[in-house]
Amino acid sequence: MDDLRAGLNEVDCDLLVIGGGTAGPMAAYRARKKNPDAKVILLEKANVKRSGAISMGMDGLNNAVIPGHSTPEQYTKEITIANDGIVDQAAVYKYAQNCYSIIEELDQFGIRFQKDENGEYDVKKVHHMGTYVLPMPNGDTVKKALYRQLRRARVLISNRFMATRLLTGKSGRAAGAIAVNTRTGEFLVIRAKAVIMCMGAAGRLGLPTSGYLFGTYENPTNSGEGYSMAYHAGAKLANLECFQINPLIKDYNGPACAYVAGPFGGYTANSKNERFIECDYWSGQMMQEFYNELQSGKGPVFLKLNHLHKDTADHIEQILHTVERPSRGRFHEQRGTKYSEQMIEMHISEIGFCSGHSASGVYVDEFARTTVPGLYAAGDMASVPHNYMLGAFTNGAIAGEHAIEFAEDVDFDVFDDAAISLEQERVLAPTKRDDGIPPNQIEYKIRRLVNDYLQPPKVTAKYELCQTRLAEVRHDMETQMMARDAHELMRSMEVASILDCADMAAFASLYRTESRWGLYHWRSDYPGSNDADWKCHVLLSQENGVMTCEKKDVAPYIIPIAEDEKDAYYKQRITAQA
Amino acid sequence: MPIANTPTTVPVVVDEDKCIADKGCTVCVDVCPLDVLRISDLTGKAYMKYDECWYCMPCEADCPTNAVTVNIPYLLR
Repeated sequence: MDDLRAGLNEVDCDLLVIGGGTAGPMAAYRARKKNPDAKVILLEKANVKRSGAISMGMDGLNNAVIPGHSTPEQYTKEITIANDGIVDQAAVYKYAQNCYSIIEELDQFGIRFQKDENGEYDVKKVHHMGTYVLPMPNGDTVKKALYRQLRRARVLISNRFMATRLLTGKSGRAAGAIAVNTRTGEFLVIRAKAVIMCMGAAGRLGLPTSGYLFGTYENPTNSGEGYSMAYHAGAKLANLECFQINPLIKDYNGPACAYVAGPFGGYTANSKNERFIECDYWSGQMMQEFYNELQSGKGPVFLKLNHLHKDTADHIEQILHTVERPSRGRFHEQRGTKYSEQMIEMHISEIGFCSGHSASGVYVDEFARTTVPGLYAAGDMASVPHNYMLGAFTNGAIAGEHAIEFAEDVDFDVFDDAAISLEQERVLAPTKRDDGIPPNQIEYKIRRLVNDYLQPPKVTAKYELCQTRLAEVRHDMETQMMARDAHELMRSMEVASILDCADMAAFASLYRTESRWGLYHWRSDYPGSNDADWKCHVLLSQENGVMTCEKKDVAPYIIPIAEDEKDAYYKQRITAQA
Repeated sequence: MPIANTPTTVPVVVDEDKCIADKGCTVCVDVCPLDVLRISDLTGKAYMKYDECWYCMPCEADCPTNAVTVNIPYLLR
C-alpha cells in the first residue's frame, strides 16, 4: 500500500457527488430516490462509513425549526440578525421550511431525537431570540444510518479517491472531475452531467495553539479542497472574510458547547466566576466579547457548570464526552478535571472557512446552485450561513433533487482532454522530485503565517506582508515540494488547497474595508461597520487567472427586520453585575 | 536537502495480542478519516504509521476485538 502506480481510468455518470460526509450522502440518496434510473457516484477521500465532520456522530441539532416551537419566519429573522444582515434570505428560508421534513426522514432512518414526557420534541432555547436546539440521544449512530440508506438506494460509492480539479465543459458547464487514488496515486476521470460539491470546511487553515497540525477544531480531513476547486472552476465564493472562529476547551479541540450546557444552566464565565455574555450561541459578535474578555484582566474564560447539581453537571459531561468528540472524556480524565467540581478553561480556535458556523462559502442560491451551471454545493462549504449539520442534510437534499433534474435535461458537456494531462502533471509533480521539502513542512509554514498575520484583529500592513510571504511559499511549493508515496501525495494536494484558502482569506479580508460580524472580520484600521458602502456580499473569483473581488447586493429581505431588532446580536455583554 | 526521521509518540496504540489483522481484518485502517493506520508487513498487525491523528476514535469504536486504544496526543495533554 501507498506505493505509487501509474494509471488512469474513466467513468461516466449522471450525477457526481464529491464528499461522503453529511450533505453528500443525503444529496446522492435523494437524487437516486427522485430518479431511480440515474447513475449517481459518491466520491470520498476517506471512507463513507466514517468520513467528515460527524465521523463519530453528533449530540444534537443546533437549528431545528419545529412547528409549535418556532417558525421558518422567526428562524430566518434570527439568522439574518446573527449574520449581521448579510444574508440572501431565500436560501435560509427554504432551509427553515424544509428542515422539519428532514428531521422526520432522519427519524425514519433510525436516528432518534429527544422527546418530552408528552411525546413532543424536547427543543431547547440557546439562541438569542428563538428556540431551535434538539438533542439526539443516539447521535452516535448517524453515519451508520446514512450508510445503510446509501446501500439501499444503490448509490455507487468510490472511497479513497480525492478529487483535485473540476472539469469544465466547452459550454461553461460542470462536466465532471479528476480524482487521484490516495493509496496508489492512480487517476480517475469522472464525466458527469451535474456535480455536487459537499467537501466540508477549510479546517486546516490556522494552526492550533497546541502545535499539533491535525489538532484542529474541524475534522482535519476537511482541508478546503471544495473552496479551492470551486475557485479554479470559476465559481464565485461569498464572504470569505467572515472567518470561522469557535470557542473551544483549552488545548482540547472539542467545542466548549455552552450549547449543550446552556439549557441546563451552564454558561461561559470569566476568572471572577462572572457571566459576561447573555447568549452562548456562536456568532462573531459573541466571539468578539469572548476575545475581549480573554485579553482583559478578567481572563481566561471558562465553561462553568460547577454551580449546578452534581447529577446535572455529570449528565452534561456524559453527553459531551460520548458523542461528537468522545476523546474529550479521556482528555479531562488525564487532566483530572470534573465538570461538577471545577470550571473548565476555554480558548478560541484557529481560523477557518465554514459557512456551517459562520458564512464563508461557495456562493449558492436557494437551489444550492453555484454560479457555474451544473455545479452545486451544500454543507459547510456552501454559503448558506449558520447551517450546521441539519443544514448540510437539508441543503444536500435540495441539491440532490435539483441536480438530478438538471442532469435529465442535458448531455455530457465536452471538455478539453488537455485539461486531464495538465492536471496529472500538476498533481504528480511532487512525486517526480528526488530532493525537496516534505508537504508537512510547507503546510506548517503556511499555517504559521496564517496565525501570525491573518488572525483577527486584521491589520492591513500585516495582511500585505502575509501575501508576500505566502507568494514565496507558493514558489517553494511549486518547485520543491516532494511526495515519496501516495499518502504524501494526498497531503501535498491538501497543502495546495490550504495555500489557496490562505490567499483567498487574505484577499477577501483586505477588500472589505470595514468591520463586520464581530471578531470574524474585525479590521483594526477600519474599526466600525459601514452599512452605506458594505451592507453587501463580497464575492471572490478568478478572472483571467487573477484573483478578484466584487460587491453583490443582498437580495431584498423576504422577512423584514425592524430597525430596533437588527443589532440584537451586538447586545451580548452583560453590563450590570448584581 | 536530506530528510531526517524525527521521533514522535503516536496516539493510537494497538494491542498485538488482540489484533486480528493477520487474519485479514482491516477495519481500523478502513474507517480512519485521515488514513493514518496500516498493517505492518513485519508483524501482520495494525499500527499507526502517520502522526496525523484527530483522535476521533472510529478505529477504536469499530475494532471487532477491542484491540485499539486512542490516546490524546502528547502536545495536547
